[in-house]
Amino acid sequence: MGRYLIRRVLQVIPVLLIISFIVFALVYMAGDPVSLMLPEEASQEEIDSLREALGLNDPLHVQYGVYIINALQGDFGKSYRYNQDALSIVLERLPQTLELAIVSMIFATIIAIPLGIWSASKQNSYIDLIATGASVLGKAMPNFWLGIMLILLLSVNLAIFPVSGRGTLMHIVLPAITLGTAIAAEMTRLIRSNMIEIMQQDYVRTAKSKGQKDSIVTYRHAFKNCLIPVVTIMALQTSGLIGGALVTEVVFAWPGMGQLLVQAVNARDMAIVQACVFVIAVAVILMNLLADIIYRMIDPRIKYE
Amino acid sequence: MSTNSAMEPGTSMEEQFEVSKGINPWIRWFKLLLRSKTGTTGFIIVLTVCITAIFAPQIAPYDPDAMNPANMNAPPVWLEGGTSAHILGTDSLGRDMLSRVIYGSQVSLLIGVFSVIVAGSIGLVLGILAGYYGRWIDNLLMRVVDAFLAVPNILLLLVILGIFGSNLITLILVLGVTNWVIYARLVRGEVLTLKERDFIRAARSIGTNDRTIMFKHILPNVFSSFIVISTLSVATTLIIEASLSFLGLGIQPPTISWGYMLSTGRDYLATSWWLATFPGLAITITVLGIIFLGDWLRDVLDPRSQGRRP
Repeated sequence: MGRYLIRRVLQVIPVLLIISFIVFALVYMAGDPVSLMLPEEASQEEIDSLREALGLNDPLHVQYGVYIINALQGDFGKSYRYNQDALSIVLERLPQTLELAIVSMIFATIIAIPLGIWSASKQNSYIDLIATGASVLGKAMPNFWLGIMLILLLSVNLAIFPVSGRGTLMHIVLPAITLGTAIAAEMTRLIRSNMIEIMQQDYVRTAKSKGQKDSIVTYRHAFKNCLIPVVTIMALQTSGLIGGALVTEVVFAWPGMGQLLVQAVNARDMAIVQACVFVIAVAVILMNLLADIIYRMIDPRIKYE
Repeated sequence: MSTNSAMEPGTSMEEQFEVSKGINPWIRWFKLLLRSKTGTTGFIIVLTVCITAIFAPQIAPYDPDAMNPANMNAPPVWLEGGTSAHILGTDSLGRDMLSRVIYGSQVSLLIGVFSVIVAGSIGLVLGILAGYYGRWIDNLLMRVVDAFLAVPNILLLLVILGIFGSNLITLILVLGVTNWVIYARLVRGEVLTLKERDFIRAARSIGTNDRTIMFKHILPNVFSSFIVISTLSVATTLIIEASLSFLGLGIQPPTISWGYMLSTGRDYLATSWWLATFPGLAITITVLGIIFLGDWLRDVLDPRSQGRRP
């Protein structure tokens, strides 16, 4: 386990390096940030001195080296719009995005577990048909459109939930349903197919044949084992979850990283953009690492090469 | 029936070849398709969308850009105040919604198909190279794949399009360049197992060169799973394109796209709900059709994976 862990953690380093390289290249191609930072009437001298101060006159590899060293210290530069350290602005928004992601995940789990088990135990029944149909539909709907339709129905017409913003418990309901639906769809499908497979295993048949109650066979014997792959695959979807959160936040004016990022991209505030990309990438990598380790810990059948 | 004729004793190789080259495979495919309800539904939806996109000028009742200030935000025909002249109503500039939804299919399909071709070609070539040569090429490629997987697709797209601006061509290229990793990973995995198979070893032992092995012997064998994943990723690409247009970083007007129509419709939600509803419905139905078709293809082409509904 120890050796495997070390190797797995070491693998993260080249991945982060590649991401940093891609981001550096993109920012370099974005062009000169100086024109955005100075007022229009700035003199050539002022422009030159700022360029020198930012190190923009250095050769490319030196710029990349400086960039890596700064990034390692969490320094992505100052946001020219807020005139503040970019990373701290992004980290301020992180809890709101996490809040949305976690609540959506809980919503998805509450929907998906009963639906998945139910449709697997009553294969090809109407319930199964509806559950599989709903999960395909949940995958096919763009989540921002679902969000808009929910606003239309529940906020504009029925006035149950607020249209946008964050504050009370009611504010998070619609964004969480919006983001959670696609996850619930994927989860239902996974639980269903895993349960069907597990129900045909020998140990389930044994439990059934010795006269064990159906509910105990389903929950204690089958469902527990079906959770392992489901949990790992869901953890591997973190990247998709955060991507979905970015769009959902814009629909509901949720004050998280997504909103900040879209504004930063439109204003070409590259310091914020870089910090966002790194924070999200690190979060995704950590989640995947965690999933991998938990998977190996709870399933003794897997060996560490 | 088709299998019978191909196996008929006494027919020469050439004749058998002719039979399978003729109309037979198409009929066989069509019969297979009709056996699956969802597959048929998917096929019909996709076919309809394609026909709509190609013949948009002939099908659309109005010029989609023709504004009419006297008839703004007119409701669809079944609501009070709606007329059969504008079946789905009109938008905030008095343009016919039905015509705009019809024209919107053009951009969606164009981007969906071409970006998948770009992504697929990159992924296919890199996947085969990495799987076949292994060692450091494979290691490097897999780390790049990890890097791409760690950054949500939409985030990378937002950043790139924010920097370079977006038009149809950049959008297709950028969607292709950010999407290739799934193909590369899939193809690499397949090649790794194929490489150990006897026919590849045999080819290598008689001195066939690497390029012939990769593109004549390996490529045809990874093609079926490649087609399945390509079909399904047209669906995800459509959704991503719509999301980008919704965020204002995708297709720019005057080009008509469902995502952009949706984002302008959002501002009129309280008064004219149809502006945001119909483009979204169009996306959902199209994506649904592609998913159905893709799932059917997977069941038919890839016997190892179990179908959604056995």
